[in-house]
Amino acid sequence: MATVLHSAPRIASSEGVLDTLSAALGSMLVDAKEEFEELVLTVRRDSIEDALRLLRDEHQYQQLMEIAGADYPSRVERFEVVYMLLSLTKNHRVMVKVTAAENTPVPTVTTLWPVAGWLEREVFDMYGVVFAGNQDLRRILTDYGFEGHPFRKDFPLTGYHELRYSEEDKRVVYEPVKLAQDLRSFDFLSPWEGADYVLPGDEKASAKPAAPSVAEPKTTEKPGQSGAAEPSDSKAEQKVAPSATTSGTIAGQGQSVPTVKTSGTPEPGAPEPTASKPDRPAEGPASDKQGGGPAPEGS
Amino acid sequence: MSGMTLERSPTNTGESVDNYTINFGPQHPAAHGVLRMVMELDGEVIERVDPHVGLLHRGTEKLIEHKTYLQALPYFDRLDYCSPLCMEHSYVLAIEKLLNLEVPLRAQYLRVLFAELTRICNHMLNLGSHVMDVGAMTPNLWLFEIREDCLNFFERASGARMHAAWFRPGGVHQDVPLKLLTDIGDWLDSRLPTLFEDAMSLVVDNRIFKQRNVDIAKVSRDDSIAWGFSGPMIRGAGIPWDLRKSQPYDVYDRMDFDIPVGTNSDCYDRFMVRVEEVRQSARIMKQCLREMPEGPIASTDRKIVPPKRAEMKSSMESLIHHFKLYTEGFHVPAGEVYVATESPKGEFGVYLVSDGSNKPYRCKIRPTAFSHLQAMDMMCKGHMLPDATAILGAIDVVFGECDR
Repeated sequence: MATVLHSAPRIASSEGVLDTLSAALGSMLVDAKEEFEELVLTVRRDSIEDALRLLRDEHQYQQLMEIAGADYPSRVERFEVVYMLLSLTKNHRVMVKVTAAENTPVPTVTTLWPVAGWLEREVFDMYGVVFAGNQDLRRILTDYGFEGHPFRKDFPLTGYHELRYSEEDKRVVYEPVKLAQDLRSFDFLSPWEGADYVLPGDEKASAKPAAPSVAEPKTTEKPGQSGAAEPSDSKAEQKVAPSATTSGTIAGQGQSVPTVKTSGTPEPGAPEPTASKPDRPAEGPASDKQGGGPAPEGS
Repeated sequence: MSGMTLERSPTNTGESVDNYTINFGPQHPAAHGVLRMVMELDGEVIERVDPHVGLLHRGTEKLIEHKTYLQALPYFDRLDYCSPLCMEHSYVLAIEKLLNLEVPLRAQYLRVLFAELTRICNHMLNLGSHVMDVGAMTPNLWLFEIREDCLNFFERASGARMHAAWFRPGGVHQDVPLKLLTDIGDWLDSRLPTLFEDAMSLVVDNRIFKQRNVDIAKVSRDDSIAWGFSGPMIRGAGIPWDLRKSQPYDVYDRMDFDIPVGTNSDCYDRFMVRVEEVRQSARIMKQCLREMPEGPIASTDRKIVPPKRAEMKSSMESLIHHFKLYTEGFHVPAGEVYVATESPKGEFGVYLVSDGSNKPYRCKIRPTAFSHLQAMDMMCKGHMLPDATAILGAIDVVFGECDR
């Protein structure tokens, strides 16, 4: 990013930090990047504890502020666990990431920071990422006896159970979710901006083989090629009266240019020019005939 | 300690007495919300505390994934409903960081002004209820007077007393009238110091208050770092760490204020740190009012910030922008940021992952109370049962934020 325009918290300069930390982590490191002024180090899952210990003890990242989970269902290892580290002395932050699947435990870091206990419990509760070595990996935010991991992308927003107070039973009862109306979710992606929709029926387009070749291509250049097969074709070929020598046109089958016939009556010529009579009085009872309206010009 | 034999006494015929377990909450007036703490007591001494949180879990982070960036904003008011604007602050800064969006100076001043007003508002509630938890009634009522004033100011700025939704990506929602600023100035000069200092004069040197708080829940510097403390909890331990100073955002780098730190790292120090923070907040607010520039209150980038209503009446383009921003919303470049600000309770962070669409892919909220509450066991061990309320009061926990 070229220039910083935003007014988000300004930490100490990250210049060179990425290289230093990458070099220090060595073989533990999978990927390192700096985007949006954030340092993100991806490390191997089995060495997360060593990596964080190194950052804490050698590089002054004393505080673990947060562990965030994230779910990317399309990936092979669908979960990301992100550790936010803060250095109080260097006034700097880094994010350290590992990836995990449902069945690949992440080593706990409760050995390094006691605060990791609840943070790992939360990631476990919400995503089902297991932390090997955490002595107290109970659910934390969801209900007692809750099943499933609600922040996974494949978990519905409404959940599966709802609870209410039952007047008959005098207690809170759990029931499957019943919605009178589906939750509305609007799709704002534009087909012009890369959204790839499969409309109903589109799937047939790819499945259908190419059209069979025909010996004679189908055209509609003559009236006989009506496209409706016999007997319509031969009917269309017939000349419907009047014949081709006449000028009549019936249903588009006649001549295209009409013949001109003269009637013999003379055409009306131009009227005689009116004499200029400026001081002539109005003729007769004009107002009676015109109904009081203005007299037409030139009458 | 279980299985310990007590001395022979007329009421105890010599059999061994086990520790017993009680439930503190979920409905307890000193729990500041729905907190259930399973306590193992040896007599009246706390042996072990297991806080059960999540009773107010509403799945905010999941809901945010299904809303556009602007629609998700009001959820932040409802996290820490005692300091709503400070919750919004982290979120809008996270969006602006992803967009690299410049915020006009007046908007930054307004944000700082109202963030500090929120801090005062929050501390009034916390100081008052902390005092009430350990037995005093009057200061709480006096402090609520100030809180009421703050809420009225919020209402005059945004139309809502608590859930303001006033900070927006790119600035603030609406400009404030000049009269509101002058009224806040008058209030800072006259009413706030009178009420606040009166209330504090009853508390800070009070013998009972000190007996209940001094040397309670002492946490060493190393412990407070290891347990992820932030805000007044880490400053109470004597570490001068304040994100407003060390990692300034908006115009905090222009502000002239001091960071109070504790010396003894007990509940009394945490209380006193907050008391001094109120005075420093008032100082920041006065400076904001002095230096507040004129100008736009939100970015003029019409792809992010909707146009004014009046512009829409004459400009087709404005109308289109308005329609697009309130239906589809703006798109945020793909990437991830972690933005943390100094909320009244400590470091409030937002880890925002964008996939380039108009909805956040993931929005992890870092609550302050989560780490502090986890340390309850460590802090309560060996203290008496009534001390638990003082410790809890000094943590300043609000469950809307803790449970999300």
